[in-house]
Amino acid sequence: MYNASDLKKGLKIEIDGDPCMITNFEFSKPGKGQSLYRCKIKNLITGNTFDKTYRSADKINRCALLSRDFTYSYIDGDDYVFSDNETFEEAHLGEDLLGDLKYFIVDDMQVEILFHNDRALDITLPNFVEMTISETEPGARGDTATNVMKPAKLENGYEINVPIFINEGDTVRIDTRTGTYADRVSKG
Amino acid sequence: MFGEHIAARDVLMRSIRAFFHVRGFTEVETPIRIEAPCMELHIDAEPAGTHFLRTSPEMYHKQLLAAGHDRIFEVGKCFRQGERGPLHHPEYTMLEWYRTHADYMDVLEDTKALIGHVWPQCSENWTVKTVSDTFVEFAGWEPVGQYDADRFDLDLVEKVEPAIRQLRGPVVLIDYPVEAAALSRRKPGNPQVAERWELYVDGIELANAYSELTDPVEQHRRFEACAEQRRSMGKAVYPIDERFIQSLENMPPSGGVALGVDRLLMLILEVSSLDQVIPFR
Repeated sequence: MYNASDLKKGLKIEIDGDPCMITNFEFSKPGKGQSLYRCKIKNLITGNTFDKTYRSADKINRCALLSRDFTYSYIDGDDYVFSDNETFEEAHLGEDLLGDLKYFIVDDMQVEILFHNDRALDITLPNFVEMTISETEPGARGDTATNVMKPAKLENGYEINVPIFINEGDTVRIDTRTGTYADRVSKG
Repeated sequence: MFGEHIAARDVLMRSIRAFFHVRGFTEVETPIRIEAPCMELHIDAEPAGTHFLRTSPEMYHKQLLAAGHDRIFEVGKCFRQGERGPLHHPEYTMLEWYRTHADYMDVLEDTKALIGHVWPQCSENWTVKTVSDTFVEFAGWEPVGQYDADRFDLDLVEKVEPAIRQLRGPVVLIDYPVEAAALSRRKPGNPQVAERWELYVDGIELANAYSELTDPVEQHRRFEACAEQRRSMGKAVYPIDERFIQSLENMPPSGGVALGVDRLLMLILEVSSLDQVIPFR
């Protein structure tokens, strides 16, 4: 349990069983009154933010977040299935949690999954992933210095902007944090 | 850390002293390291070896009034444990002044004149509202006669302060529920209300004032009750300064004000945090 005086910006706490984060924090003490801790709080599951004021005497639940290493295993319907590197326990993550990251998951990829109790909250992929371009207009030969971009498609249908000199069949490196082209790995 | 506020503070301090000197007030110095800090439920003193650092000079000023000094003021550091935030610093500068044969409304006039003198740009459009009317209007309940300390503090911060911030300019909340009287006297003819006011400017609490309690028996009883509450909350219980209690017998009816100088400087410089006016914070 935390005391109200332990609260600060960025601290993760548990409210009604949900993991939450304090996004804004202000100490307040009305004349001759008690210390009050005014917080803006974000529910890490729903993304909702709300205001809550704690009094000095209030106790706040700690939020037990645990990060574990997993290997991508297979697709099961709409779920992506990962297996724990130590226990081989499986974790099923849906598209709602993965978002566009699902396009950058490749066989045997090493990922980190953040859990609150047994609930997966967030996934971190390696910063870069190599993917092959399956569709793009032919580029201008020799034009490797330009920073003019053109649209391209990956094998899985994800659309990305690449430099003019990239051709179909080329392997490129993609920054999974931004979902953008980083550099060319090899020509197809 | 440094900047125009260093020079602005110097101007403000000189201006405060000039204001009081012209009006016949004597600047006094009272002890900072003391044995018996004022007993208030939610104000914790910083321990200093065998002593404590003062949370306010109030009890010494009243002894000076009892000894025959009629108009006194002091600007000095006060200390409150655990108070830190955009509007709080555990070591801060307090201006405190007292006047005999005066009550809380008389010292409200002093306050208006002082603010006009040191901060001419401040709006002259003062709003004076009772705590009762303010709570009924902005929080939907009447605290006088049915005081609920938790609800009062929470609603003050969440509902009342944001509402009076919208009024702009100085807002004075007067006549507190007697349970929140602290060291003020009951209103003659209305014992459920204490003659206390708090000044807010742009929603920031700037000063607190009383018609001072001069009844030693009542004062002792309040300290005892407060000590009991502090004990039950697991907080430090301070010794009661019996010389102060005794001196109340000789103290004329008086009004007094405590005003946060750092916050005043913040308002004058139109900044939003004490970070911008307290060096070495």
